[in-house]
Amino acid sequence: MSIEWYLVVSAIVFCIGMSGVLVRRNPLVILLCLELMLNAANLALVAFARMHGSQDGQIFALIVMVVAACEVAVGLGLIVALYRRRLPIDVDELRELQG
Amino acid sequence: MAEVVFFIAAIGAIAGALGTVSMRNPFYAVLALVCHLLALAALFLLLRAEFVAAAQVIVYAGAVMVLYVFVVAYVGEGTDLPLSPHGGASLRPLSLVFAGALFAELCIAVLGSGLELLDEEGRGYFGAFGTPQQIGQLFLTKFLLAFELASLLLLIAAVGAVILARRRGGIDEAGPEVISVADVFRSPEPAGELPEGHVGTMSEAAGTAEQVP
Repeated sequence: MSIEWYLVVSAIVFCIGMSGVLVRRNPLVILLCLELMLNAANLALVAFARMHGSQDGQIFALIVMVVAACEVAVGLGLIVALYRRRLPIDVDELRELQG
Repeated sequence: MAEVVFFIAAIGAIAGALGTVSMRNPFYAVLALVCHLLALAALFLLLRAEFVAAAQVIVYAGAVMVLYVFVVAYVGEGTDLPLSPHGGASLRPLSLVFAGALFAELCIAVLGSGLELLDEEGRGYFGAFGTPQQIGQLFLTKFLLAFELASLLLLIAAVGAVILARRRGGIDEAGPEVISVADVFRSPEPAGELPEGHVGTMSEAAGTAEQVP
């Protein structure tokens, strides 16, 4: 398979993730859609690594995974804090970050 | 053979992504994302990225998604009124138009880039490409700084998540019973006042039943 195909799949998944971030209102699902976008970028990075025959892109993808894990930890912590304060789990209702 | 596996995995990845976006119940969205991640791991294997695929399955589809499932179970389902933004139904097609436009732009950017290598299967492939040995060697030599910074970032994120999600006093009924790190260093409050000139004894401090005259 030529590398183009992988990049097209990556673009499709990225666009699906972006539309999810725009459409959905539950912050949990928005986090999931962010994961989709990060994974699409990962696929493109690994495809480029294969294209050039160098493993640097794979290292980059692993670092992206680490950053995504951090993002998940902090984001889910925020959602749990929202739930504890009986705030609505809805990004349209949440207008301030003041603690 | 590789083509068949590629198309199965690609269709699985795209279907998983669509399911993540469109599922009404957040729990099913998480499960769809797990399917997407597994299909993506198959694509990584096709691209000769063994270690990345293994990390994807174990860390992402395993650990991170379990975290999601826990939070979905904690927060509860049915909190989402999906696909109906407050701004009216007109905003939803608009976002789909934006997504389509971005896809067209990405395709033009990728396919029109004129990179010669895009049409090939990739070059410079050698036997140990993408094995844990190679990746580990790169992490500990060429990318040592990024490796260490990643560990620091994980530590900061763990501490930040604990601080964000902890119980704060005064919000819940269980507020005053919170034990914080500061309590460990705080000395306990004195129970009473000693009369002037009275010197406590060891037996008083130990709390024996008999009174010392």
